[in-house]
Amino acid sequence: MSDISGEFEVVIGLEVHAHLRTESKLFSPAPIVYGAEPNHAVHPVCLALPGVLPVLNERAVELAIRASLAMGCEVHQRSIFARKNYFYPDLPKGYQISQYEEPLATGGWVDVPVEGAGGAAGKRRIRLTRIHMEEDAGKSIHDDAIAGSDSTLVDLNRAGVPLIEIVSEPDIRSAEEASAYLRAVRSILRFTDVSDADMEKGHLRCDVNVSLRLRGSTEYGTRTELKNLNSFRFIEDAANAEIERQAKTLRAGGRVQQCTLAYDPRSGRTSVLRLKEDADDYRYFPDPDLIPLLLSAKQIEQARSEIPELAEQRSERFQSEYDLSEYDAAQLTASSSIAEFFEAASKQHGAPKVVANWILRDVMQALNERELAIDDSLFSPDALARLIKMVDDGKTTVKSARGLIAELVESGGDPEELVAERGLAAVSDTGVIEQAVAEVLAANPESVELFRSGEGKVVNFLMGQVMQKTQGKADPAAVREILARELGK
Amino acid sequence: MPEGVGTLHELRAALDAGETSSVEIVGQCLRRAEASQDTLNAFVGLRAEAALREAEESDTRRERGEVRSPIDGLPLAIKDNMVQTSEPAHCASRILEGFISPYTATAVEGLERSGAIVIGRTNMDEFAMGSSTEHSVNGPTRNPWDADRTPGGSSGGSAAAVAARIVPAALGSDTGGSIRQPASFCGVVGMKPTYGRVSRWGLVAFASSLDQIGAFAQTAADCAWIFEAIAGHDSRDSTSIPEPAPAYSGALSGDVSGLRIGLPKEYFVEDGVDAGILAAVRDSVAELERAGAKTVEVSLPHARYAVATYYAIANAEASSNLARFDGVRYGHRAVGAKGLTEMYCRTRSEGFGTEVKRRILLGTYFLSAGYYDAYYRKAQQVRTLVRRDFERAFEACDALITPTSPETAFRLGEKTSDPLTMYLSDIYTVSANLAGIPALSMPCGSVGGLPVGLQIFGSALDEATPLRIADAFQAITDHHTACPGDFA
Repeated sequence: MSDISGEFEVVIGLEVHAHLRTESKLFSPAPIVYGAEPNHAVHPVCLALPGVLPVLNERAVELAIRASLAMGCEVHQRSIFARKNYFYPDLPKGYQISQYEEPLATGGWVDVPVEGAGGAAGKRRIRLTRIHMEEDAGKSIHDDAIAGSDSTLVDLNRAGVPLIEIVSEPDIRSAEEASAYLRAVRSILRFTDVSDADMEKGHLRCDVNVSLRLRGSTEYGTRTELKNLNSFRFIEDAANAEIERQAKTLRAGGRVQQCTLAYDPRSGRTSVLRLKEDADDYRYFPDPDLIPLLLSAKQIEQARSEIPELAEQRSERFQSEYDLSEYDAAQLTASSSIAEFFEAASKQHGAPKVVANWILRDVMQALNERELAIDDSLFSPDALARLIKMVDDGKTTVKSARGLIAELVESGGDPEELVAERGLAAVSDTGVIEQAVAEVLAANPESVELFRSGEGKVVNFLMGQVMQKTQGKADPAAVREILARELGK
Repeated sequence: MPEGVGTLHELRAALDAGETSSVEIVGQCLRRAEASQDTLNAFVGLRAEAALREAEESDTRRERGEVRSPIDGLPLAIKDNMVQTSEPAHCASRILEGFISPYTATAVEGLERSGAIVIGRTNMDEFAMGSSTEHSVNGPTRNPWDADRTPGGSSGGSAAAVAARIVPAALGSDTGGSIRQPASFCGVVGMKPTYGRVSRWGLVAFASSLDQIGAFAQTAADCAWIFEAIAGHDSRDSTSIPEPAPAYSGALSGDVSGLRIGLPKEYFVEDGVDAGILAAVRDSVAELERAGAKTVEVSLPHARYAVATYYAIANAEASSNLARFDGVRYGHRAVGAKGLTEMYCRTRSEGFGTEVKRRILLGTYFLSAGYYDAYYRKAQQVRTLVRRDFERAFEACDALITPTSPETAFRLGEKTSDPLTMYLSDIYTVSANLAGIPALSMPCGSVGGLPVGLQIFGSALDEATPLRIADAFQAITDHHTACPGDFA
């Protein structure tokens, strides 16, 4: 894209919708099941049958409070659920229960890591306007192949799933920053166990508001809204496409029209869904079926005490407490499960840096190859600690241990037993090693000659030969000792 | 026509004495319902087979000494806006044609648990919007006292069925007077309890913050039995009162001595109300004074704003509550519509009657951007003032007495062309809904051969006092025993 940085300043605000990790829906006892048969995870309440009433899911409230506190918001002791009225087939009641005039939380911020001058790491603080609770709508299926060309099918499994909407201030200054912001939000939601925040599954969706203003201007330009973006790449691409489109319009002396846009990832272009002139009037009013949500100061403090350490804090602690590099610490705090695995294994093993290396090199690779999360794996931190200890103690070799990681990740197991079963115990029987050393020395007289003429490095070659002869099972320390003794003769 | 049925108390005594059986009583009710249907059109559906089966089960329980409650084996009717599993619930509307409920309303469950038997569903104004039971896809219900007159509404079918002695009792719903005004027009007792006392789960919503299920019967003592079956906390209704409901029968001491009865001066003005009605109400108050009650004049200064406030709030909520009837999932759907918007428009145009459309349009307007503050928000503020009026009044008295309606039953068609006049028939009843307080209407005389209703307001949570006053009144008077000539 063309460089607009000299002329215009980009102004972006995000509305992020995140599914809360609850067992049942926000106002209905229907279970939340991803991938269930259409219209099977439903209940009369989510179907809006005549006579049904909403009852607030208290677990959803706890999670929403936790997320709000983790993002520094002020959680209000009184908030109100309101009806947002509009007609759509996947909105069974003809209104969505949301919060409007008195939301759960206001204020707050999210710190976003950004690359500063010369690639130095820095961070920007994006302020939040509010966080409120609401229910999701169902899904309309327009696909001709499923619904037929003249029909739309409706699946209400998602109708009523609890959401929080996190509304940022227009503090974001680039498309890249927008996706970095969303990553930071996702990390907080995951570390706090508030949401699975899986964009592919639709747990996390976002609307992006974009406007441009002349550099130095303090007034905002007219904004447009990109609706329902569901991948980090689409967010960046769509925002960049929209920035470009607005810049072109403004450069040509035109005016940006306030509108809602859809982004087509295939063409990389945005298209107008509707102009704001014919904006919907949602006729919000407090839902008379629900009483005000009243929270005691104690409840809010309880939620505050349940907030775990977030990624950023944990990364900083790993650097200071375990003397890890910033990069390694960031890798190990990419998810709370990896961070917890590392800490548990380190605690048992006693040498965090060694454990970090094993995780970052071998465990992560094995997980990535299998597209597994550490949570989904049967590998326990205890097993990793014991495996590394066996290497430390010369009971098996680094090579053998690394070879076992993939299996442990895939199907779990006891490292001692596996080493024994696979015959991977280090050979520390000096007789066997002496025999191998004698054979290697006999087969490589020129190397022995070189060593004696002062070429000390040739020891490494001879070591390698001995290890090969013992199929990598010989205890390297024992090999080195015997080799030195024999060569010194 | 088969003989009319007695009160719940009379039927209970007859069952306990072994003089009759539940099967006999239910059969009698069903036959009388059928025989009167052409004249009254009180019912929209009977569940004859299920009711007789349930009656047999009740008779078996009684033989085994396993009677569940005083109303076990006794028949009741319910209004067409309460759902019951495997039964239709059409709210007298075309838009719900074909709908069969897969679940049961909490209040109806309460009846079932008590062993009471629902014999059928009664006619009503469509979605409970109306004061005459004329706005029904099933045609109007007629007043047992005069078939050219309306039974009132919207629970007109339930009121007519009790007045005509088809059933001893029935459930209705009251959003602005929909139990009390028809009770008054038909000469029966009708009571709405405190808002939140009976769960709204399974009551098809008209105006959620005002709707309340209540009961019709010939006597206050019968009403007490019904409330003991249907009242109480329900976790499925967030607006349900958490406290358990009191044992109402125990509160019927028959004694009103020392009770302070407030007479709101705004309800006793000569110009707005029929002089005969005022006289009947005053005579009844005098009767209570002779029984030892004290009277005190009180003021409800915001009462004059109640009707306007009520219609702003009720219609706003209705416009949203009725949005779910969109032809997508159940009920009527227009045939052959091209595209979604046309399907919505035609479905709702065909499915709703004129009065419902009028209220949806008004309510939509009240909630619209730019009008919300002037109508909905203002109405909520006035509602607070109305509630405070009552709180203040109840500092000086234990209950309030007023006429239920400024007139006796009006003629069919008399007001259908003038909705505003129709709305004004709620003038004495709506404030109880705005304030959420309990209120009952009981017969207290007649004017021109038509029953007159006397209304008793209780303070919030206190259904017992109005019931006790009505019960004591019925012990010393016989207005409640008057039966329409054709159904005697």
